[in-house]
Amino acid sequence: MTGVAELLRGKHVCICAGSGGVGKTTTSAAIAAGMAARGHKVAVLTIDPAKRLADSLGLPELGNVERRVDPSLFEAEGVETAGGELWAMMLDAKATFDELIAKHAPDAETRDRILDNRIYRQISNALAGSQEYMAMEKLFELHQESRYDLLVLDTPPSRNALDFLDAPRRLTQFIEGRSLQVFMRPTGLGMKLFGRGTSMMFSVLRRLTGVDLLEDISEFFQAFSGMVGGFQERAKRVNELLADRRTSFVVVCGPQGEPIEEAVYFHRRLVEASLPFGGVIVNKVHFESEFAGPAGEDTVVELAEAVGDRDLAERAVATLEDYGALAARDRRNIERLTAEMRARRVIQVPYLDEDVHDLAGLMEINRYLFATEPEREVLAASR
Amino acid sequence: MADPFEKRLLFVTGKGGVGKSTLALAIGMAAAERGKRVIVCEVASQEHASRVFRRAEVGFHEVEMRDNLWTISIDPDHSLREYLTIQAPVRAMGEMLSRSRIFTYLTAATPGLKELVTIGKIWELAQLDRKVKKGREYDLVVVDAPATGHGIGFLQTPRTFAAIARVGPIRSQAEALDAYITDHRRTGAVIVALPEEMPVNESELLEGELTGEVGVAVDRVYMNGIYPERFSDGDAERLEAVAGSVDDGARAAVRAALSERRRARAHRHQLERLRGMVRAEVATLPFIFEPELGVAGIERLAGELA
Repeated sequence: MTGVAELLRGKHVCICAGSGGVGKTTTSAAIAAGMAARGHKVAVLTIDPAKRLADSLGLPELGNVERRVDPSLFEAEGVETAGGELWAMMLDAKATFDELIAKHAPDAETRDRILDNRIYRQISNALAGSQEYMAMEKLFELHQESRYDLLVLDTPPSRNALDFLDAPRRLTQFIEGRSLQVFMRPTGLGMKLFGRGTSMMFSVLRRLTGVDLLEDISEFFQAFSGMVGGFQERAKRVNELLADRRTSFVVVCGPQGEPIEEAVYFHRRLVEASLPFGGVIVNKVHFESEFAGPAGEDTVVELAEAVGDRDLAERAVATLEDYGALAARDRRNIERLTAEMRARRVIQVPYLDEDVHDLAGLMEINRYLFATEPEREVLAASR
Repeated sequence: MADPFEKRLLFVTGKGGVGKSTLALAIGMAAAERGKRVIVCEVASQEHASRVFRRAEVGFHEVEMRDNLWTISIDPDHSLREYLTIQAPVRAMGEMLSRSRIFTYLTAATPGLKELVTIGKIWELAQLDRKVKKGREYDLVVVDAPATGHGIGFLQTPRTFAAIARVGPIRSQAEALDAYITDHRRTGAVIVALPEEMPVNESELLEGELTGEVGVAVDRVYMNGIYPERFSDGDAERLEAVAGSVDDGARAAVRAALSERRRARAHRHQLERLRGMVRAEVATLPFIFEPELGVAGIERLAGELA
């Protein structure tokens, strides 16, 4: 086994993390398809798949439940799946949060009070972190049901890949709301302790914002108070799943300076947090083996002779120089990344000339994802 | 056609990774070149501008990067503190509030308050009569907006807030902010796209949401990173014909040329799709074949905008 297959040997969960615009969704889908093609029953949980890709996999509306990708699509690509299955679902953070409330609420009235609360609606829709937290929640739920050999999670897009790690913690802290519990009974001990300062603060805030925050917040926390324990317990178990040795974090990035820096930083944070780091996948690489070469006058002369057109040869060589500069940059950045990763795997996928929008495209990516390092070089050079 | 350079306040929007920060800076450079006093605002602490100019981080300060071009990194905590000191009847009270842990917690819990104070600061920068003491007057405020997904919510905050705040000064201020953002004479937005399936699809959605739900004018869509068309069909055929018979260097050149041609064609296809999908004028920006986009590369893009 090589490449991603080796990285995920014995793993039950693969979490693809990375900043926006690096091809994370496509990579997640490719990993899932590749593992299915190797005989595993795989589900990929995604946030926002490209419509064309979802359509071509026969998943027009993914919804908050998994759907199976028609096995005949694999057959059409000449792929023998040996019992493997590919399932996909599109995450709906709000729906997942609502389901979670329904699960933990002691009765229908408490459930409705929370679902209608303005603070809850804000949190479940937009609070930074709720999407990330719900993604992991769904992951945990599916893992509990153990219907799959492998779950692949495509994490929500964020400008900063680190948001993903911090967000769930921020959210659970907020739900626990320890520092706010004193306010739940405005006439109680808390208010006495804080005295006039606190009530003034509320009144200033109310005057400034015009929002009667105290009312909303105390209602939210009162409704939530009976559920905090359940949430904490659940959050603890989600964190255990993330830290489990059968989980693997795969960082997806691009070869430019900024995404590489982020990948390096993200790797460091994962190690600090004792989370199981698997490796890095660098997308859109220009390989030097593919585009290096003596792009000088000799090459122009040789090509000019072959095509009988000096101008065309000059343009082609100029293009090679442009590509060569990108390839040199990619090599430098990936060397730096590899040094930081120490023994960890860095898997490179070439810049494909066309968008990936069907299973054939995913399989094309998988030739690189599931290859050994020397094989990848050869593959790239022979494109 | 609306000219984004004639606005006072311009939001640069788009999906993550399409080059919003780069374009915001290029627009800033181009406008500064035309003699306008410009400030480029970042709202996610990415410090992109200071890195491009190889300067120390700017933080919540208006720092001049070159003639007429300023930059600031706006964060909600500083914005709120500044707002409180301006609003509070006694300065010390504002400071006391903003230092309080409980107050920090409450503002974090108030739906949309962070976004609101951030937009409030952006609006303040765009005023001729600045609220901040000795505030500079800018002709153009360019905002490197959060990535789509968060982007729409961000611009909608004033209206959302005006709807939930029952009374009070913030309600009227939120209404004023919303009126400013939706004033097509003063405020506009541009969308940045890449010549790929997803960014093009998202641009159509984004334009619909910006013009429909938010009510902000979309003045232009920039298709970023377009490859040049250096080779014709005939060129490609001749190159393909010799690919097998030339040596390694020349073969690599042929491979690069054919690859660029495929990409350039795919880009034109996406460009056509985009033109058919959005209502705003579509302008293109070339792919810059440079390892990292520094000042020189962004200047080239600024030149394309002129």
